[in-house]
Amino acid sequence: MADQLQKRPTEQPVKMQEKAEQTPLYAPDVDIFEREDAYVIVADVPGVDRDSVEIDLDRNVLTLRAHLATGAPEGYELTYREYRSGDFERVFTLGNEIDRDAVEASIRDGVLRLTLPKVTEAKPRKITVQAG
Amino acid sequence: MLWPTLTGRGWNPWAELERLQREMNRLFESYSGNAAPSEFPAVNIWTNSDGVVLTAEVPGIKTEDLDIAVQDDTVTIRGSRPREELKDGETWLRRERGAGAFVRSFSLPFSVDADKVTATYRNGVLELTLPRAEADKPKRIAVNTE
Repeated sequence: MADQLQKRPTEQPVKMQEKAEQTPLYAPDVDIFEREDAYVIVADVPGVDRDSVEIDLDRNVLTLRAHLATGAPEGYELTYREYRSGDFERVFTLGNEIDRDAVEASIRDGVLRLTLPKVTEAKPRKITVQAG
Repeated sequence: MLWPTLTGRGWNPWAELERLQREMNRLFESYSGNAAPSEFPAVNIWTNSDGVVLTAEVPGIKTEDLDIAVQDDTVTIRGSRPREELKDGETWLRRERGAGAFVRSFSLPFSVDADKVTATYRNGVLELTLPRAEADKPKRIAVNTE
């Protein structure tokens, strides 16, 4: 799931402008911490399920996208609103390059957890010139 | 005209002012429109003639840590969200997610049939279905003609 792009499971593609009006975009709240060998990102994405998370990694730039799955209750009319539903997107620039093949992602109860291992830098090799 | 009207590359103070005004408007719009909810969790309420559905964004919570109480026309949601803790050798780079205990209470315009309340928690969203008590429903009275 880590570095493959997943198409949003929505209906037919809509015009860009319409799409922008229909689904607002929100930046999720995140916790980020760093270990010697990895970064861990924890993001609140309520209403998002496993299949609608998209993680895009370009060297040390991580783009996180999540499409909201939860719809309105059927047969009811919205009468009081404190939150709007929409998609989530956030871009992070990390200090180190990430080993994209080793990225781990899990989602549970609307919380996305990403472990991004740093690329272990190649140690400079010492080349000794041998006298012939 | 105090300021010469300059076209093309010239400096236009009015355009500059308009730009400033747009920036200000945008600033205020973002405050009123997109402001984070002051209370946790954020709640939406959906209504029809049979009752209401209350949805709340409470990501990352265990259902056993949620306490929902209904009495007459009042519904109370209580809970606690765990704080992310660091292990040895880990350092924070960013910390935005809230944690700790929360409580929210809502008065509905009718009495709730507490026995028929259902609650589901899915993908971090709590959904409460609160049916209106039968005794509280409006009675339709037929008019007899003689």
